[in-house]
Amino acid sequence: MGSSPPTASRLEADTPPYPADIAVGTDLVLVSHVESSIANFGDRYLQRVYTEGELDYCLAQRDGPALHLAARFAAKEATIKALAPGVEALGWRSIEIRRRPGGACDVVLHGPAHLLARRRGVRRLAISMSHDGEYATAVVLAERRRTPPAEGRLRRKVPRGAYER
Amino acid sequence: MNDEIRAILREHGRLSVDVSTLPDDGDLYQAGMTSHASVNVMLALEGKFDVEFPDRMLRRGVFESVASIRSAIQELTGAGAE
Repeated sequence: MGSSPPTASRLEADTPPYPADIAVGTDLVLVSHVESSIANFGDRYLQRVYTEGELDYCLAQRDGPALHLAARFAAKEATIKALAPGVEALGWRSIEIRRRPGGACDVVLHGPAHLLARRRGVRRLAISMSHDGEYATAVVLAERRRTPPAEGRLRRKVPRGAYER
Repeated sequence: MNDEIRAILREHGRLSVDVSTLPDDGDLYQAGMTSHASVNVMLALEGKFDVEFPDRMLRRGVFESVASIRSAIQELTGAGAE
């Protein structure tokens, strides 16, 4: 065991003491599945998943709402993955995709999603959505505050109280 | 109740395997259910059992197996209360 080759855990130990400050989430949605959901459940589906602002935009699109709703669902799921809620509950409407006048979109968090992001130290979300034919996809990056040096690692090397008020 | 849940999963879950081959605690996400399909399953369950899943139950674990879905419905209907 003393001369074992490098392993993943060994490499991890060699990385800087500050954890990565970016989390990423992605998702892919079939547009036809959204069309089926609208056909099967109608307003119940729309109202449970999308915000009023999202519906106002998507239902007004000339090429039909499903493509745009699918992109937004992918974005919501990508955001959930980036926030990594674990066992916590996040309603889909607590994550809103808001379009700026120029066409770029922002992720706006409400209620439990907002609280979770605060606890995770997330200070910014960046989103990219795309669609082509039958598929819509989204990627969300969450920029988190850098975690302070972990208890018992760097703290021991500085005078007691240096990180404390 | 499990048979009704499985019927809904067969119709709306978009599983890549036959739901009848899955054990009650089999992982539905591992079996191919997407998060979007889970929304459809939830809406179909609400219609079938006349319940509404509150926001606090909109988490992955609630829809991850036949058993977890049954527990959730029993909680919502009070059917499982002793």
